[in-house]
Amino acid sequence: MPFDLHSINLFDMGKQFVFTLTLQKISFLAVAFMTFASAVAVVTMKNIFHSLLFLVLTFLGVAGIYLLLSADFLAAVQVLVYIGAITVLIMFALMLTSKLMAKRVSQTMEQWIVALPVTLGILVVLIRLVVLNPWGMKAAPAGPTTGIIGTSLMTKYLLPFELASIVLLVAVVGAILLAKEDKSDDPS
Amino acid sequence: MQNNYAYIALFATIGVAFTVATMWVSWVVRPTHKRTGSKAEPYECGELPIGNAWRQFKAGYYIFALLFVVFDVEVAFIFPWARVLRDMKSAGLGLFAFFEMMVFIAILLVGLAYAWRKGVLKWD
Repeated sequence: MPFDLHSINLFDMGKQFVFTLTLQKISFLAVAFMTFASAVAVVTMKNIFHSLLFLVLTFLGVAGIYLLLSADFLAAVQVLVYIGAITVLIMFALMLTSKLMAKRVSQTMEQWIVALPVTLGILVVLIRLVVLNPWGMKAAPAGPTTGIIGTSLMTKYLLPFELASIVLLVAVVGAILLAKEDKSDDPS
Repeated sequence: MQNNYAYIALFATIGVAFTVATMWVSWVVRPTHKRTGSKAEPYECGELPIGNAWRQFKAGYYIFALLFVVFDVEVAFIFPWARVLRDMKSAGLGLFAFFEMMVFIAILLVGLAYAWRKGVLKWD
């Protein structure tokens, strides 16, 4: 049963729980609809920049689904990194591409005859996965996860935490080395 | 805990509704005649635009986006730390946690200093 996200522990719960349950269901439906509709818009928009803007909405919807699964840290990172950073990267890539922004460049897939069986095959596999997979009915962790992650970062995983900053440092240096125009001929 | 998300939903709803209402009101109020001549320009009494705004930008700016991504990921690490700092303080580990984050930021500041030294931050 793929969409029964919150039918867990329905018995032995009071009226209050049933209320939040329906509220959760309503918000899940709203978020899922927003995600799906904007994902469709991403691939159907004529202007690729508009596709990008709808991609932001899709990311936001995924963040909402993370929240509904009470993965609040993941939702925050989704907003920070995907909406904040990945979108900026794609936007810069679009703005730096020559002639991609021209209106006459078609966004339409012209080889849809090939694409259709491939995507249909993937769809069948995904549906089989959703239907046949024995979804674990364990309850989600009670309460926000950000604090738990913070505590373990500060105590148990302190060394990996500091190593992460070195990894990020390497990323900074690597990005500068790769992307900077070489001006070594210029003595100033 | 769930009620905090209700606030987020409330704010999102107000934000969307405000935007839609503003655009709807301006659509209702504005005059409907056709824009011709200087009325059709982006700046009615300003500079005449040269060419299209959808044009290629200088590729050197991509480095700013790359640097931004790195420091954005850094924020993702600061976030859970900021959440537990008060708890760590009440556990007697406040200074320890504080300096751990300072070390984390200092290592990344080396990267920023490197970028500065290499002249990446110059807007040319």
